[in-house]
Amino acid sequence: MHPIVRTVLQRLGLGLLTLFVVSVIIFSSLQFLPGDFATSVLGQAATPETVAAFRRELGLNEPAITRYIQWIGGVLQGDFGSSFSGRSQGREREVMELIGPRLWNTLFLAGMTAIIAVPLALTLGITAALYRNSFYDRAVNATTLTTISFPEFFVAYILILVLATLWKVFPSLANVRESTELADRIYMTALPALTLTLVIVAHMMRMTRAAIINLLASPYIEMARLKGVSKSNVIIKHALPNAWAPIVNVIAFNLAYLVVGVVVVEVVFVYPGVGQLMVDAVTTRDIPVVQACALIFAATYILLNLFADIVSIVTNPRLLHPR
Amino acid sequence: MSTDDQTYSAAGEVASVAERRTWWDRTWRNLKKAPVTAWFGMIVISFYFILAVFAPLLAPYGESQIFDTPYAPWSSEFWFGTDQLGRDVLSRLIYGARNTIGIAVATTALSFLIGGSLGVMAAINRSWLDQGLSRFVDVLMAIPSLIFSLMLLSIFGSNVINLIIIIAVLDATRVFRLARAVSLNVVVMDYVEASRLRGESLGWVMRRDILPNILPPMVAEFGLRFCFVFLTIASLSFLGVGIQPPTADWGSMVRENAQLISFAEYDMKAAMTPLLPAGAIALLTVAVNFVVDWFLHKTSGIRDEK
Amino acid sequence: MKSKSGDRTAGDLLLDMRDIRIDGFSDDIWHPIIKGVDLKLHRGEVMGLIGESGAGKSTLGKAAMGYAQPGCRITEGTIQFDGMDLRAMNDAQLRELHGSRIAYVAQSAAASFNPAHRLIDQCVEATVGHGLRPDDEAKKDARELFAALQLPDPDNIGDRYPHQVSGGQLQRAMTAMAMSSRPDLIIFDEPTTALDVTTQVEVLAAMRDIVEQFHTAAIYITHDLAVVAQMADVIKVLRYGETVEDAPARQMLKKPEEAYTRSLWAVRSLEKPQETSEDIILRVNAVDASYGSSIKVLEDVTIDIPRGSTVAVVGESGSGKSTTARVITGLLPPMKGDVLFNDEPLPLALKDRTKDQLRRIQMIYQMADTAMNPKHTVRDIIGRPLEFYLGLSGKELDGRISELLKMIELDDSFMERLPSELSGGQKQRICIARALAADPELIICDEVTSALDQIVQEGILKLLLRLQKEFNITYLFITHDIATVKAISDQIVVMFQGRVVEQGMKNDILSPPHPDYTQLLLSSVPEMDPDWLTSLLESRGETGAMSASGN
Repeated sequence: MHPIVRTVLQRLGLGLLTLFVVSVIIFSSLQFLPGDFATSVLGQAATPETVAAFRRELGLNEPAITRYIQWIGGVLQGDFGSSFSGRSQGREREVMELIGPRLWNTLFLAGMTAIIAVPLALTLGITAALYRNSFYDRAVNATTLTTISFPEFFVAYILILVLATLWKVFPSLANVRESTELADRIYMTALPALTLTLVIVAHMMRMTRAAIINLLASPYIEMARLKGVSKSNVIIKHALPNAWAPIVNVIAFNLAYLVVGVVVVEVVFVYPGVGQLMVDAVTTRDIPVVQACALIFAATYILLNLFADIVSIVTNPRLLHPR
Repeated sequence: MSTDDQTYSAAGEVASVAERRTWWDRTWRNLKKAPVTAWFGMIVISFYFILAVFAPLLAPYGESQIFDTPYAPWSSEFWFGTDQLGRDVLSRLIYGARNTIGIAVATTALSFLIGGSLGVMAAINRSWLDQGLSRFVDVLMAIPSLIFSLMLLSIFGSNVINLIIIIAVLDATRVFRLARAVSLNVVVMDYVEASRLRGESLGWVMRRDILPNILPPMVAEFGLRFCFVFLTIASLSFLGVGIQPPTADWGSMVRENAQLISFAEYDMKAAMTPLLPAGAIALLTVAVNFVVDWFLHKTSGIRDEK
Repeated sequence: MKSKSGDRTAGDLLLDMRDIRIDGFSDDIWHPIIKGVDLKLHRGEVMGLIGESGAGKSTLGKAAMGYAQPGCRITEGTIQFDGMDLRAMNDAQLRELHGSRIAYVAQSAAASFNPAHRLIDQCVEATVGHGLRPDDEAKKDARELFAALQLPDPDNIGDRYPHQVSGGQLQRAMTAMAMSSRPDLIIFDEPTTALDVTTQVEVLAAMRDIVEQFHTAAIYITHDLAVVAQMADVIKVLRYGETVEDAPARQMLKKPEEAYTRSLWAVRSLEKPQETSEDIILRVNAVDASYGSSIKVLEDVTIDIPRGSTVAVVGESGSGKSTTARVITGLLPPMKGDVLFNDEPLPLALKDRTKDQLRRIQMIYQMADTAMNPKHTVRDIIGRPLEFYLGLSGKELDGRISELLKMIELDDSFMERLPSELSGGQKQRICIARALAADPELIICDEVTSALDQIVQEGILKLLLRLQKEFNITYLFITHDIATVKAISDQIVVMFQGRVVEQGMKNDILSPPHPDYTQLLLSSVPEMDPDWLTSLLESRGETGAMSASGN
């Protein structure tokens, strides 16, 4: 087998294994619930019979392995079980029903941010590395060092103060609905996307700059310069083919970071996404929903990193052209 | 003979020999050369430190003392007004310094205790211990830590102790990675081998050979981890699942006073109220980052951003 | 083979550097690296630029291209290349010269080839890029150059990627790259330093022939005078950024003007009269060893070390000489065989040895920098074995530390210094004192002088010899440097690919007849004689002992 195929398969296998272990961890969290949990979900009025029935439904009387297999089987078919909330009133809802539309909203927000942030950050990072120690580099560096120190909600509220209340350019609430038109949706999502962009760009730009500087310090780059290769060709022919791996890693790392940042921003802007749903579920201790959200976030995170790893494998000349 | 007119002597051998200086001498020289940003950072950190330590002396009112008017405007009586329950915002800001920073420091210290010692041990004992811990850490790090802590808090419930333990354990994974990596660099050094050949115990090697040499990167990492922990706790509190009322805490204060922002047109000062705790958080992290940046530059020389 | 260089007639002046001053940036200040050096090079002339670490030779070499390496700046002086003022040129004009009329060959070929491109594309890049020749023609020429440089399979080797060929081959490919544009001047920056001696000879020969064939001028930078003797017509000795001596190669080797120049081959003038004893202190007995499980690094290694004498283990990288030391110290327990110390078997693993067994065998390392904890003072470093093995403390400890410092020719003022406050030679002396503190019977010296400048090496070797005489210490001396072997050893063990090829008294091993490998190894060590390479190649040509494809 070609070593690249072998390495990629190994990496894929490892990724799947990680996903599996993570799902086990998330699943087993249910085990740690305190004993009186059923009562708090079903309300004080619940009879011992309804409590027993609830325990049976959760399968707390069956061995953990059986329950895991049932749960993961359901998850693979898009069934995360039913939510705890509303049980005391006898109104049950499927977890998927809650998550479905919100997942799309979150992806929309993350996607919109990525489209703005990735090209911007790469441009800033690469130019800062090329004009290293120039005034431009120092300015960009100082700004981003400051920005990465800001909590997301600080950035968010400053933007709201300036762009939503003082000058009413964008709405401060991003409560989009399913029926919202695309143009409206973009307009309403502008502030959350802008907040995330500011936070992500700072991180990504700094990492890109560091990666490129590291690359430009390689002896083969100096050799290319000493061969009289033009400035642009040093970058295009000599640096770029070796830059894919570090750059893709930076992008994947930051998109994964985006997944987390989205939670706070969704809450600030009351944006109906998975993050906000998760925070609500944590407050009400609606475990099935928390598990589902955690699994979705973790899976995205793992898959992004897996993707970056595979890109670095397939662009590595040592693996591409084995001895 | 080659050296007849060279008058060679070992003691007088010249090369790039650094001048001898005491520790205090070196520190002071470094401080004098520190950039403005680092000085700014150090002054801000000292200011916060004083606030946190002397909070009861500095705060005009009690931490959860309630007055008649909720959302009172800024005045000479209440410099930054009162919050939704009628508590003095300035006093809560000052007490908040104590609570927020105190909890973050405790959490970071705990995570260093766990991650640091395990990391060093894994680097020395490169067999089953290293394998086991490293795989375990890989899995924990595969789940974004904010998401993981949200999940754990939903199960164990939100209180300060749970918060500290959960965040410390999750953050210890990153400390473990770094401690292991920097210790590995030290463990392969010939002087560690020399100590082992001499027959020194593991404890001696850890204490005398490894610890002093991993200290500078670990101190820098403590600063960075502190920022991260501090922001995570602030975010959790802001989301309402971190530090719980009535404890004064900057993250929760932002959440509690957030609505005031929409009154910016009528009362700009009131609109600033939620930004004060948020700004306090930002200022401290900026300050720590500035100091760490300078420190790393000083100790490694080769560094360029993590 | 062609006649020796140096008989060539030099042409007109090609490069004229005057009063060059270069500053380097470190510790937040600019400080001078090159302090006013003149350099003249004629067409077709090869200049050897020689000096020890920190002499500024590499910086000066790059400055000859009008290039200041990152962190440096040329502050003063003029650089005239073929009548053009390089310092007055802008970047674009300099680029026109680089890779067309001036080419550069770097020390580490492995790091200096871009891993993402094929060798031949990199070789012709500058030639094609400067529009000197069309792509196909340049590639055809490159293949011819590969053949001239005796690379194996010259028609196809260019299609490989850098990581697919060996270090020696890469270094030759880089010479082909430099030659591709038929430059007037090539800067060779320590091109053979990273290679093993047997590989070095072949690469040197290939480089010398091609430079001669195209009548190219060259600056050859190295710290090894014997290497430069083979390559250069004229030699320039640099020290601390200043010229020490300029002279034609032969004249300088025969009659150096300056004492410093002579000190550059200080170690070569040392020679210990051989002695031996019947009393075997340590025997490595039929040892097999491996890291992990697969390949044996040592196979059936047996070495006898007589008390009070020095046994030198020589071999190239990968020969197993350092592994032998690890077996003796117990760091790597052997798979088979045993180690006898004073006729008694030593426990194979380090953890099973007693404190006293550990005390009797001490070790000194190649890099004194990494062998001492940078956070410990000299007192801590020398004092620890005294406390640990001998239980000394207080006044007694201090007294002993200062005695030991005296033995290594240092004084009490060093007691509180940190390793970073010592020079290279002083560091190695402290390491010797640390080994001595344990009052050992056997000291294993692992390449202890190879990281040091020649004159410092000489001092360290003399110290080791004196200590041996005074305390009847036995040395196991691991080295790849034959001059060091001559200077210090009584017996020699030659190792190759994990086996002992030959062992015996120094004079027997160093005089013929030799087994094939010893012959190859010994004959590959460059000598001060400028005709050495030529005559070696002639003799090898007759016997066919040299295979160019070997590396």
